[in-house]
Amino acid sequence: MAPEFWQTIGLTFRLAAATTLLLILIGIPLAYAIAQSRSRFKPLMEALVSMPLVLPPTVLGFYLLVALSPGSWLGAWLEQALGVKLVFTFGGLVLGSIFYSLPFMAQPIQSGFENLPANLAEASYTLGKSRMETLLRVLLPNIKPSLLTGIVLAFAHTVGEFGVILMIGGNIPGHTRVASIAIYDEVEAMNYGLANQYALVLIVFAFSILALVYGINRRMLKAGS
Amino acid sequence: MIEIRLKKALHAAAGPMKLDVNITVSRGEFLAITGPSGSGKTTLLRLIAGLVQPEEGYIRFGDTVWLDTAHRVSLRPQERHIGLVFQDYALFPNMTVRQNLEYALRKGQSKQIADELIDITELRELENRYPATLSGGQQQRVALARALVRQPRLLLLDEPLSALDAGIRAKLQHYILRVHEAFHLTTILVSHDQREVFKLSSRIITLQHGRISQPVSPPPILLANGPENGFQLSGEVLDIESAGKKITVKVLIGANMLRVEASPDEARHLHPGDTVAVRFNARQPELVRKR
Repeated sequence: MAPEFWQTIGLTFRLAAATTLLLILIGIPLAYAIAQSRSRFKPLMEALVSMPLVLPPTVLGFYLLVALSPGSWLGAWLEQALGVKLVFTFGGLVLGSIFYSLPFMAQPIQSGFENLPANLAEASYTLGKSRMETLLRVLLPNIKPSLLTGIVLAFAHTVGEFGVILMIGGNIPGHTRVASIAIYDEVEAMNYGLANQYALVLIVFAFSILALVYGINRRMLKAGS
Repeated sequence: MIEIRLKKALHAAAGPMKLDVNITVSRGEFLAITGPSGSGKTTLLRLIAGLVQPEEGYIRFGDTVWLDTAHRVSLRPQERHIGLVFQDYALFPNMTVRQNLEYALRKGQSKQIADELIDITELRELENRYPATLSGGQQQRVALARALVRQPRLLLLDEPLSALDAGIRAKLQHYILRVHEAFHLTTILVSHDQREVFKLSSRIITLQHGRISQPVSPPPILLANGPENGFQLSGEVLDIESAGKKITVKVLIGANMLRVEASPDEARHLHPGDTVAVRFNARQPELVRKR
């Protein structure tokens, strides 16, 4: 198989891994804040997080492209002050993917938090424990299935991303060309064999990772923890 | 001494209601708060614990003011040094019995207290089990032990025994009394079960529609105006058994069960749960030392 094939597959999974890692750091506090919130603005926060689910990815990609291009003040500032160029780079792909996959990470975790009995946290507070300690030692360990679901869905969804990446990353082999875009590209070039290889890898990956999650969740539920 | 004055609007099942209470509890006292469900009992406990904020209120524990809405003082639950036993136990499912207890330890506190409590509540054999594998009574014991790890001075119990059957209930009452005395606790118990309340507490307050209706003392078991040449005890009918013509009524008097033979006429009007007077035709009760 062509080295370019593996380069593209590798890039795809590197992007998914980086996105997922950052989303864990962003998604858990965000989901916790929304789950705990009694504010009347809670529906607005929820709507904002979930928007990428319903928007065409090109819309998200378009605005990111506009915002981050050197012609905009944000893009210009990033490039001049920090020396960061986000359009048509791997960093830009990660940023776009974070927005795009955020609901897949945040929603399962939020519903995990909301389904926990409220008195677990209250019991921990009456035992003198801070919110942080309660979150780390009581709440998170008791929503492991939700955490796993969030992590896997965010990862898998990023692997399958197309529109946002095409808009903001383009199609530069080794830099911004991921598997889903390569499929489109190879089909355009009438390279059905290679397109088929990419497609098969994605199908096998998607199936095995989902089967794994459902399997693990079932074991966790059986163990009652 | 604990001084509690609280006002809070509640939305009970029966509609809006105002909780308005003024209670003083002495140190070492075992106070019971009873009342029908929806009367604001649990909210009262949660207010004392600091899990809920009142519209207006003042709570002082000894020299420490826990809550003073007039001066915008409200200690967080973490700072109130209470032990709270939740109605549904609220054990941490991801921790074993021992881990549940050790989680509660203060920084630098010796693990010895956890061992001591495991012994008192007889949890030694269960210490490595997870809560999901325990019976209700066992979970309740863990919750009680866990609430005491930090050695609080005030123990709050929310319907601690209502979900348990009679045998286990009696045993747990015993544990509760034991820790109340062993740790020199001040205890406030909330319950809708009068029997449980009379057995455990030294004082009873009844809450009705958010207000204290009147203080009640446990009723004397020996009724004052008995028959002239005898005495009578008050008790509760537990069960009525008939074997052929012989009818036996089981009556609970205090913590003891008495079997009384009854005629069909007497038994006809009795139902389990009735309060009855058991009359004895003897001039003078005799007291005999058993051991």
